[in-house]
Amino acid sequence: MEDVKLMKGNEAMAEAAIRAGADAYFGYPITPQSEVIEYLMMEKPENRTGMQVLQAESEVAAINMVYGAAACGKRVMTSSSSPGISLKLEGISYMAGSELPCLIANVMRGGPGLGTIQPGQADYFQAVKGGGHGDYRLIVLAPSTVQEMADFVDLGFELAFKYRNPVMILSDGAIGQMMEKVFLPDQKERLTDKEVINKYGSWATTGKPESRERNIITSLNLKSEVQENHNFHLQKKYKSIEENEIRYEAIQCDDAEYIMVAFGTSARICQKVIQLGRDKGLKLGLLRPITLWPFPKQIINKLADTSKGFLSVEMNAGQMIEDVQLAVNGKAPVSHYGRMGGMIPSPSDVLVAVEKELKKIG
Amino acid sequence: MTEEIIIAGFGGQGVLSMGKILAYSGIMQDQEVSWMPSYGPEMRGGTANVTVILSDDRINSPILNEFDTAIVLNQQSMDKFESMVKPGGLLLYDPNGISHHPKRKDITIATIEAVKEATLINRKTFNMVVMGAFLKVHPIVKMDNIHRGLKKSLPERHHHLIPLNEEAIKKGMAKVQIIHKV
Amino acid sequence: MTEAVITPEEIIKRGKIVFKKTKNMLDKTLSYCPGCGHGVAHRLVMEVIEEMGITEDTIGVAPVGCSVLAYEFMNIDMQQAAHGRAPAVATGIKRVLPEKYVFTYQGDGDLAAIGTAETIHACNRGENIVIIFINNGIYGMTGGQMAPTTLQGMKSSTSPYGRVVETMGYPLKITEMVAMLPGVAYATRQAVHEAKYVRKAKRAIRKAFENQKDKKGTSIVEIVSNCNSGWKMTPVDSNKWLEENMLAYFPLGDIKK
Repeated sequence: MEDVKLMKGNEAMAEAAIRAGADAYFGYPITPQSEVIEYLMMEKPENRTGMQVLQAESEVAAINMVYGAAACGKRVMTSSSSPGISLKLEGISYMAGSELPCLIANVMRGGPGLGTIQPGQADYFQAVKGGGHGDYRLIVLAPSTVQEMADFVDLGFELAFKYRNPVMILSDGAIGQMMEKVFLPDQKERLTDKEVINKYGSWATTGKPESRERNIITSLNLKSEVQENHNFHLQKKYKSIEENEIRYEAIQCDDAEYIMVAFGTSARICQKVIQLGRDKGLKLGLLRPITLWPFPKQIINKLADTSKGFLSVEMNAGQMIEDVQLAVNGKAPVSHYGRMGGMIPSPSDVLVAVEKELKKIG
Repeated sequence: MTEEIIIAGFGGQGVLSMGKILAYSGIMQDQEVSWMPSYGPEMRGGTANVTVILSDDRINSPILNEFDTAIVLNQQSMDKFESMVKPGGLLLYDPNGISHHPKRKDITIATIEAVKEATLINRKTFNMVVMGAFLKVHPIVKMDNIHRGLKKSLPERHHHLIPLNEEAIKKGMAKVQIIHKV
Repeated sequence: MTEAVITPEEIIKRGKIVFKKTKNMLDKTLSYCPGCGHGVAHRLVMEVIEEMGITEDTIGVAPVGCSVLAYEFMNIDMQQAAHGRAPAVATGIKRVLPEKYVFTYQGDGDLAAIGTAETIHACNRGENIVIIFINNGIYGMTGGQMAPTTLQGMKSSTSPYGRVVETMGYPLKITEMVAMLPGVAYATRQAVHEAKYVRKAKRAIRKAFENQKDKKGTSIVEIVSNCNSGWKMTPVDSNKWLEENMLAYFPLGDIKK
């Protein structure tokens, strides 16, 4: 039982990074995720695994430190909250273009602008539709428990290296700040440069030996033909991710007459709504996307054959609903319920919204 | 069994750490737990509250708008949370500083003079007196699990304070008063 | 009448070799304008790396600016950084590969405008890296706009009537600025427009890399260069203008050693 701990989501993520054999973390403080770097600084991972931790001068510098270290084939992580992620987007686009693996956590707060430090989910578009410039995709994982905050770190690194692509953990202030029971994974060894080459190929810039051509990490191709071909290559990769990496959880959907779609904190609230609804005889279910990109389109489309309708529950003005609508493709009505600016919907608020929608459908 | 609790008072009263000890005690008896604080600049000096859930099953929402138990330690929290106790639930409060006492008849209401009692032991044990009072009325965790919970949640350099904390818990258990029972 | 044809190979065979291109420079035509100082600066850095025997252990960081394609010419592992971020990128590399040699190669717009924060903080942390800073007083790549180092009164496409310090600020002496930081081991200003300067510049670059070897902290080598295209001059005139104007404001020599 020694590795069961009561931890904040932010702390669990930091501890999981050490245990995932991360080589480095570069970050900049911002509420509500400063516990990540605070925990790492307190923990001195250099003594435990050799992992490097550095507080950068800005989010911009932090993501570019991630770029430099990731381009050496290392497991590198950064974390921030909404305004800080906006600053990191330039670097994220560069990393996607240069095909660099890395893990970025966004512990979202309410926006826009400086917004609020309370939880939000209004960075959905930013995370799954690009955010930065150019045609690129991030693999986006949405934890809804502290356990998943820990588990998705190693999963994120594995996916990042498998596809040579940045991965984002899209969380929020509620999951970052709350404590739950968490089973911590075993310590993974950090990989040597040689092991990285054996496992993932020789693309990293670690110094050019006589035996190979120089390695270059760049997102620049001044020739448009070359740049277009690079884009075709990226799109092919994204397609393969869509085919292989969709993750979701269907909760009580089998007999559900009405289905809520929600991720992260909203998904937790909706699980309570199912209970409250079923107590009243309403057969409710929840489809919880775990990967927001790639989005679980097929299952939602399939559920649309049996469900009377869908309610996209989000802590924003209605962002994921667009993907739900595309997935449902007109088979059933899709509505949105959300709170904004750091307000968290209560289970009974959501139930009222569900009942209203059911009344409309008849 | 699921117990959904809100603990609310001023920052500095030990609201968050009391919640943490309860949660750790829950883990010690193999339960699922969640501890969801209000966070932000209001933490220091202003109001602070934490939702703690202990359950034998997977915990769904860590954010709630009705509770099995509300532990209320200042007037603002009384104003806010009295109405959020489920019918048949428990409202526990320290009457010190409360001018508008609870009026509901469909819930159990208990009081603990925690400020007064804690002063006799050590003012910092205030939150443990309150926790003892709560556990007397709702014995959701066993005393030995609280002991283990205290050990887990307090840093080792504070372990010598565990007996003092346990004394405070017992004091709370002894001094709690049921004002109204349903 | 027959013309005696001598091939270049023949000439090399007959003569005594006095200069050989470093193998760290690739056989590619440089994309820089004829007369530009970048080519010499590239060569010096690559020569020093070869002479120190650290080619296999060196990772370079190219900036955004004229030298954005530096990795096209340098035969070592390289990364291309976002505009101004090279010192942060180099920090990331050095932190995970502390035994390797890391350098950035940046222009004035990159290092002293958009990347000021990254420059100052990398220097302030005393990152054990080398910063090669080419200062030609203008944004060359984007077509001759005003740079932080553009001289007072100097014309550029965004200061067409000359730089007015009252509204556009003063030319920035960033090497002097960072020299005062305790993390900086070595700060120097050099030039490459004449042979005598080239020799000195190479010694400075060597010293910078030796500092990295000895883990002394940040070394910054500023090279005042010309931009004949951007300055709209012939290469010869631009060198003369550099000597008379740039060096008057940006004097050569060690600022901190």
